[in-house]
Amino acid sequence: MMELYRMTALELGTVLRKGELSPADALAAARERIAACQKNNNAFITVLDPSPTSLGAGPLAGVPMALKDNICTKGVKTSCASKILGDFAPPYDATVAERLVAAGAVCLGKLNMDEFAMGSTSETSFYGPTRNPWALDRVPGGSSGGAAAAVAAGEVWYAIGSDTGGSIRQPAAYCGVTGMKPTYGTVSRYGLIAYASSLDQMGPIARSAADCAAVLDIIQGMDPRDGTSLEGSYGGFLSSLTGDVRGLKIGIPADCFGDGLDSEVRRAVLAVAEVLKSRGAAVEEFSLPIMEYVVPTYYIIASAEASSNLSRFDGVKYGWRAEGYKDLADLYARTRTEGFGAEVKRRIMLGTFVLSAGYYDAYYKKALQVKAVIKKAYDEAFQKYDMLLAPVSPTTAPKLGESLSDPLKMYLSDIYTVPLNLAGLPGISVPCGFDSKGLPIGAQLIGPALGDGVILNAAHAFQFETDFHRQIPETKGGVSA
Amino acid sequence: MTWETVIGLETHVELATKTKIFCSCTTEFGGAPNTHCCPVCTGMPGTLPVLNEKVLEFAVKAGIALNGEITRHCKFDRKNYFYPDLPKAYQVSQLYLPIVRNGKVPIRTESGTEKVIRIHELHMEEDAGKLVHDPWLDQTKCDYNRCGVPLIEIVTEPDFRTSKEVIAYLEKLKSTLQYLGVSDCKMQEGSLRCDVNLSVRPAGSTQLGTRTEMKNLSSFKAIARAIAYESRRQIELIEEGKKVLQETRRWDENKDATFAMRSKEDAQDYRYFPEPDIPPLVISAEYLDDVRRRQPEMAEEKMVRYQQEYDLPVYDAQMLTEQKALADFFESCVTLGAEAKQSANWIMGQVLGQLSAKAMEAKNMKLTPSTLVTLISMVKEGRLNRNTAVKVFEDVFDTDEDVEEYVKVHGLAQINDPTALAAAVEKVFAANSQSVTDYRSGKEKAYGFLVGQVMREMKGRADPQAVNEAVRDKLSG
Repeated sequence: MMELYRMTALELGTVLRKGELSPADALAAARERIAACQKNNNAFITVLDPSPTSLGAGPLAGVPMALKDNICTKGVKTSCASKILGDFAPPYDATVAERLVAAGAVCLGKLNMDEFAMGSTSETSFYGPTRNPWALDRVPGGSSGGAAAAVAAGEVWYAIGSDTGGSIRQPAAYCGVTGMKPTYGTVSRYGLIAYASSLDQMGPIARSAADCAAVLDIIQGMDPRDGTSLEGSYGGFLSSLTGDVRGLKIGIPADCFGDGLDSEVRRAVLAVAEVLKSRGAAVEEFSLPIMEYVVPTYYIIASAEASSNLSRFDGVKYGWRAEGYKDLADLYARTRTEGFGAEVKRRIMLGTFVLSAGYYDAYYKKALQVKAVIKKAYDEAFQKYDMLLAPVSPTTAPKLGESLSDPLKMYLSDIYTVPLNLAGLPGISVPCGFDSKGLPIGAQLIGPALGDGVILNAAHAFQFETDFHRQIPETKGGVSA
Repeated sequence: MTWETVIGLETHVELATKTKIFCSCTTEFGGAPNTHCCPVCTGMPGTLPVLNEKVLEFAVKAGIALNGEITRHCKFDRKNYFYPDLPKAYQVSQLYLPIVRNGKVPIRTESGTEKVIRIHELHMEEDAGKLVHDPWLDQTKCDYNRCGVPLIEIVTEPDFRTSKEVIAYLEKLKSTLQYLGVSDCKMQEGSLRCDVNLSVRPAGSTQLGTRTEMKNLSSFKAIARAIAYESRRQIELIEEGKKVLQETRRWDENKDATFAMRSKEDAQDYRYFPEPDIPPLVISAEYLDDVRRRQPEMAEEKMVRYQQEYDLPVYDAQMLTEQKALADFFESCVTLGAEAKQSANWIMGQVLGQLSAKAMEAKNMKLTPSTLVTLISMVKEGRLNRNTAVKVFEDVFDTDEDVEEYVKVHGLAQINDPTALAAAVEKVFAANSQSVTDYRSGKEKAYGFLVGQVMREMKGRADPQAVNEAVRDKLSG
């Protein structure tokens, strides 16, 4: 039998169901792998020691997984990688966590991330940076860097991340795994500690598109505890993966392949179109003339919501409280000054500014108007195409410390991922090659609202033809050394 | 110079929904601290609000009753500020698209004419918690029981000129909301709270003066006194050549005065923006029709009906409908078989008498309609004379005891034995021959005296009409 960590989640699930292995064996394998990798990549904030559960029904029953540390887990520390939450252990589970446990998932821990999911490198964590299993001197991407690194290194078979502006897709691309942001409203946000409520969406990071489909089948669906969750159930993704893309109309937005895009990335992403074409899809270039607006619009809306969402961390009720305060105002000021990191404070300041009297109309209101324009541009594109193909990130993973010194440049690198959050659309990042340094490259398949099944199927078709998603980083020098 | 006072009101009303606005915690008043709350209403990380549809329904009901326009696409907004009683550090409220706009509330002024108070808007929002200071430990403690109790805030235009108009409006508002069943409007429990915006200007001027906002007004009486105090204070300032500062002032009940809390310069920037966790509300025509259809009969409609259906005078109809609880009481009496006018008389006389003597509101009364109906029928059937019945009524008002039993135990039943009455008349006439002579010589007064004496001889338990007749018969005989 092949080493367990090389398997996809579905493959492991099958082995477990056949009784060739017990859930305890799977758990032991994961523990061993985490013990080997954690000191190198720091993917976990909290490693749990669960007891193996009896094997339930479902394709992923008994398969070990982990959750990003902004997803609430009852009685288990949930930190958002921030000092300010201290040892906060929520008295409730996120809906997503509840549904996974009900489907027989075993949670091995809580994964590292950028503080409050703000960042593209997973370096802003209070618990230290996560490192990319493909090259330990490089970042895994962010903010779900711990999730992508843990899956890439084979520490867990899948993970749940969150994506506000690319935080699932971009680390998936940097770490050579498959990561999907579903349509806004299809996965309940209850229990996800909010960064920007109108943009946040949880989703799977796994080895393959089929694994992502299986996870989505479990976590999707209306939740009465989330007012923004859509009516109905959108599952059945796994069972409808056919790999048949004949007649699928794929649009390639030329505006996403211009200046600023690394040529190796461009070549690898465009090659995806060729593969899908060879299986019967039709590919066409078109113009999506909104790209210059997406980053400013995103940062205004996300920061505005964040400034409000993060106000509750004031040292009064839970989490960490500064010492030596003189009065209430001082308690607030000290706790928040000492409890938040620089990037979080930068976005709180930005968000507070754009909502201030006298600036609201010029920034926040304008951003909402532009958001509507962006959404309309995508609506029009999907009149003509079933799916779009774009890069995930302009480059492969940068070195640790390179990005934070120039936040504006870091923000601009979110250009290909943020418009989906603004428009509420689903996107999946699929491994599509390696650059000359041996770093993974990801391609982004973008669907219309509720077109999650379309992109999963196209990704599945691509992975049927290629084996980029089966590559394990140790061969490139990294993890188990 | 004569001055005119200009007043606008912001009234917060707690809605009488069973559960809170965004979670299923109880809205019940009181309770040990932090026992009526959950992760949602205390704004724990990751939790989300889900709108209680009853809150929307109650707000729409109120909007319709206040003759307002219902906003068909309405939204919630966040009002951001830091304070320990506000666990999310923002209050979910409505700024940009409140559920109701442009309402009208007719009130009756002192001169008896009708005046229309314009409602600027009515919006939905969540209440905050309470801070309790422990001076012994020098600690402030947070009680989040009230967090997330649904409120509507009703904002008027500056249409009031006197405190009497303000009170008339508040009475009307209170009655309307109680009729709708959307709030119990208990000021002492904080379920109706009112802030007063007040400015003064020379009579005849059309420009508004600088206003102050008064808070901490815990009764209608406090509101009237605060208005009197504050307009006097502002007029004196201006007459001394000083300026009124735009500020928030706190009414101090004990000192009978207002004190500055914070000035306009200290005013916070609340950084309102649309609440992303609650989708915009789309109110359909069907929904509105449905709420309209289910609106209860309001005071004005009842007044008309009482006059037509029960043939009550306009005065009675008005008195009975002022408080919903009283109108309900009256209708129950009629349903239980009492005659309408009889019931009205008892309610306006005895019930209102007891309520006002005890400074109570009708809705808190223990006495049930069936008790009053029993009393009325006992009088009608000649089993109890009316004066005794009034006494019995007063005795059982607080307890709602069984009146049949009460009358039996206390031996108060009417004596309808003609022999006993004749004997009493004989006795009284024999003992008061002077009065008999007086009456026969034309002193009418003596008649009443004799009747009273006979009733006394009967220990008050005789049928008054029978006593009258017996005395008259005896005198003419």
